[in-house]
Amino acid sequence: MLIRKPSDIPSSEITSKSDYMNRRKFMTGAAALGVAAFGADRLKDIASPGEGVHATEKLATIPSKYSTTGVAPTSFQDITTYNNFYEFGTDKSDPSHNAWRLKTSPWSVKVDGEVKSKKVFDIDALMKTHPLEERVYRHRCVEAWSMVIPWVGYSFSEFIQQCEPLSSARYVQFLSLDNLQEEPWIRTVDLHWPYSEGLRMDEAMNPLTLLTFGLYGQTLPNQDGAPVRIVLPWKYGFKSAKSLVEIRFVKNQPRTTWNESAPNEYGFYSNVNPNVDHPRWSQKYERIIGAPFWKARQPTLMFNGYGDQVASMYQGMDLRKDF
Amino acid sequence: MSNRSIVALKFVVFPACLIPLAVLVYQGFTNSLGPDPVATITHTTGFWTLYFLLISLAVTPVRRLSRRLAWLIRFRRMLGLFAFFYAMLHLTTWVWLYSNFDVHEMVHDIGKRPFITMGMLGWTCLFLLAATSTTWSIRKLGGKRWTMLHRLAYVAATAGVIHYWWIVKTGVRTPWKVTVVLAVLLLARALWWAKEAVSKKKVAVTA
Repeated sequence: MLIRKPSDIPSSEITSKSDYMNRRKFMTGAAALGVAAFGADRLKDIASPGEGVHATEKLATIPSKYSTTGVAPTSFQDITTYNNFYEFGTDKSDPSHNAWRLKTSPWSVKVDGEVKSKKVFDIDALMKTHPLEERVYRHRCVEAWSMVIPWVGYSFSEFIQQCEPLSSARYVQFLSLDNLQEEPWIRTVDLHWPYSEGLRMDEAMNPLTLLTFGLYGQTLPNQDGAPVRIVLPWKYGFKSAKSLVEIRFVKNQPRTTWNESAPNEYGFYSNVNPNVDHPRWSQKYERIIGAPFWKARQPTLMFNGYGDQVASMYQGMDLRKDF
Repeated sequence: MSNRSIVALKFVVFPACLIPLAVLVYQGFTNSLGPDPVATITHTTGFWTLYFLLISLAVTPVRRLSRRLAWLIRFRRMLGLFAFFYAMLHLTTWVWLYSNFDVHEMVHDIGKRPFITMGMLGWTCLFLLAATSTTWSIRKLGGKRWTMLHRLAYVAATAGVIHYWWIVKTGVRTPWKVTVVLAVLLLARALWWAKEAVSKKKVAVTA
């Protein structure tokens, strides 16, 4: 078995800490130019002490047959500074400034609902029960931008076996941390908290469904959903719930946060589909994060390019209706 | 303020209004437009359209605070034209970077997507205002008609703010600040008109 060491990651792909910090200097310079009479928000960001990438640990990973090939990963810097994680603010850069408040240790994940018996998994134990794979996946946000991310984790189906669900379990619900002390921005957004997402059982069992602990060969930075999240590469990004504290096996389709907020815009399935527009914008194209602005536009693929592995689950369904 | 100092001040204000664009261009050349450059360009040009609109709408209420501020009116046209300038850049990002000049797609979007319809309405208002912003137009249209037409500035600003609300996700409240500023500016006018109406009546009664 080939143990891929973190040192195998080409250093060119990782932004050095000094470069990363210099980004702040640039921001400070821009503010000093007096550009933003309206930019009091920015000043607050600059003054914030705990910005940036948080302490992460290196992880030993093995390669995966489910990894997407022939794609260039998005830079570590972009993956860790351009996030939708509304518990830490609604601006893309907010989570990288604010997520230092998240306490990821100790951490445990509760499993309940239609299971043989309720269980609580400690994060350290959870990371050791299966070999961690490096899986490069495309990531398509419903806002029509995309990244390529080298995640670290193992198939969620492996975890389901440990949970011993009953035959009555037809759906899985994922619940994210809902803690006003650590995530005070929750108050600023009118959504039904805690953030809840869900899958049909067959979707949860699909080998692509990744229980994720890291990216770029290290533990997840807080802003990317530390210490454990789900990743569903064929669905819009918001389906991939972050910072999971509870996983429920349930009989009926669970509530899902964005679907509750705007059911005409965000379906339960939310599979990436260039043929079904979001009511407010087209999904035919996406902007590649990190690309120069004149060549950032690329066509979006059905099921984000994972049709071979997932299309069969939706056979016979009207994907315009069950979007 | 003397005519000379107004002209001198214009030489300062004009380049200052170009700073947001200069920063964008600088960021473009130094590859520092952020992870999503298209969004950065779109948001920056959109925000500055709104800001210039609100600043130009603030001129009249602020001027009314004191006679000594009357000279501010001399800057209103320039500020309004800068609003149109940034609106033009904002529209260009949509036409080029989002739609890739696909006319069929754009016409479809204008009809189908309310936030784009609203944005186009606002832009059209600004276009009409910019097109009739010359002294020649004022003379040609006559002061009264020109003033009526230029009330479109309120429509443009309102359309701009609605356009902003309709693009953010449900539950997101970031557009509240510009909404409050616009509301205050419109309210200031409503109060002024009410005051004027009352004093006119009084004049009529005493006469």
